[in-house]
Amino acid sequence: MLEPFLLRAIAAAIGLAVVAAPLGCIVVWNRLAYFGETVAQASLIGVVLALALQMNVTFGVLLVTAAVAGLLILLQRQKVVPMDSVLGLTHHGALALGVIGAAQLKGGQVDLMGYLFGDVFAITDMDIAWIYGGGAVVLVAVAYLWQPLLRMAVHDELARAEGVSATWVRGLFTVLLALTIAVAIKIVGILLAIAFLIVPVVAARPLASTPERMAIFTALVGIVSVLAGMALSVWLDAPGGPAIVLVMAIAAGFSLTAASFRNAA
Amino acid sequence: MNDVDRREAQASGVSLRAPHSHEHGGHHHHGHEHHGHDHGEHDCCCGHEHAVPGRLPFDETALISARGLELSFGGKPVLGDVDFDIHEGEIVTLIGPNGAGKSTLVRVLLGLVKLDGGSVRRRRDARIGYVPQRLDIDPTIPMTVQRFLSLGERVSNEDIAARLQEAGAGHVLDRQISKLSGGELQRVVLARALLRSPNLLVLDEPVRGVDYTGEAELYNLFARLRDTRGLGVLLVSHDLHVVMASSDRVICLNQHVCCSGVPETVAQHPEYTRLFGAEAARAFGLYHHQHDHRHGPAGEPLGEGQGTGATHA
Repeated sequence: MLEPFLLRAIAAAIGLAVVAAPLGCIVVWNRLAYFGETVAQASLIGVVLALALQMNVTFGVLLVTAAVAGLLILLQRQKVVPMDSVLGLTHHGALALGVIGAAQLKGGQVDLMGYLFGDVFAITDMDIAWIYGGGAVVLVAVAYLWQPLLRMAVHDELARAEGVSATWVRGLFTVLLALTIAVAIKIVGILLAIAFLIVPVVAARPLASTPERMAIFTALVGIVSVLAGMALSVWLDAPGGPAIVLVMAIAAGFSLTAASFRNAA
Repeated sequence: MNDVDRREAQASGVSLRAPHSHEHGGHHHHGHEHHGHDHGEHDCCCGHEHAVPGRLPFDETALISARGLELSFGGKPVLGDVDFDIHEGEIVTLIGPNGAGKSTLVRVLLGLVKLDGGSVRRRRDARIGYVPQRLDIDPTIPMTVQRFLSLGERVSNEDIAARLQEAGAGHVLDRQISKLSGGELQRVVLARALLRSPNLLVLDEPVRGVDYTGEAELYNLFARLRDTRGLGVLLVSHDLHVVMASSDRVICLNQHVCCSGVPETVAQHPEYTRLFGAEAARAFGLYHHQHDHRHGPAGEPLGEGQGTGATHA
């Protein structure tokens, strides 16, 4: 039968896929993919800080992702440079700082590849407990924020004029996003964390006619991709996280191609 | 009158003034007398002797009352010393050249923009239905019109169908919002605004992307809503012809209030001619032959559709 490490990997990745689905939809609808990417890549600084200060790595990651998200929300208020340039700057600056910081760490025993691409087969029972416990909290919070988030995604100004307190909703969502990214990093790594959130969304879009169905289809695409990715990983003896993301990307490619043909017809 | 409780504008940065909750003398009835002597200071302004901010008290009966609004973006002044009031039962139209700050003023009144100075009061019971100017909705959100109209609101399917019909878009109920044309989407958003049972409708350029017949229909709808439900309607418009025919009060804005008052007064104002040229003056002439009926100073309809050119007293 399946090895325990493989079962743990599948359980963790499926849990994450379900939690990430509604968040990923909101990210895509609000065009926050690059924002999330920047937050995720800055988390390497959190890893380095945590190792240097000998504290819990996930905690360090959480702290830095939240701080960077807050900084980015502040920077959105300036009108001098377009936001994608700000994100580009922060994203690469943070990654450079993280890599240099990792090299400076005494002993040089930082497994950079492990953090950049994740190590899904090193997931522990404790990690799984965190993913499911924390994931349930995130899902409840997203359910609570769903309507206002949806209204802001449809038309931000209209939502605010109708009394949605955008600052609160966006702030809370950003915290949830940072939390999810911090967990995703364990499974697929810093470089692929955001892919886990948005690629299944892209695959699900052409199939869905309502926002909720889109979130459910996203979760299904995620689950199937996890299973297929794990099989691929075992078959090729390849890293698990990238295998999952590759399957997701192929699914999204098929879905979009089919949609293009349907539109052309 | 118990509706004079005020709510400070949600916009942060709006300075607080002492809440007004005292009895009002009863000489303010919702209606059209407001733009007579009550607002006399606006009716004959020439754009250069503006009120000192804070000189005028807030209008207790207004749904939205704003005084001494100041705003600049990046050092460039956008609004300067703007006073504004809108009441139930009147259609007020903002006109002005591009970059005059019309949309910005609307967004300030709705509490969407932080002010540099002045303040906005919305009456506690003011319920605003808003139709923004830009309505590009991301096609990655799958959503039907039906769903959009019930989003965040408890509304019955009958109400949805009825309001959509009223806004002239009954046929799009099951369509995806991202597949609608500009004009259709505008009507859908108008239906959403109506579903909130507003006492004030705010529409930023509602006739953009709507053809000429549709435009006349829309203005008829606004007049009907004013007459039957006593709604206040605030419009931003470019189309001087229709504006002049359909508004109870026109505010000509060019960063400051150039002139305001009943359409006749504004159309004869030198600032108006300076901003819009002789074309506009002719537009006003045309309007006398197009309109159907207008309202007298107390809100009663005046002569029916004969193009008599009767003016407000």
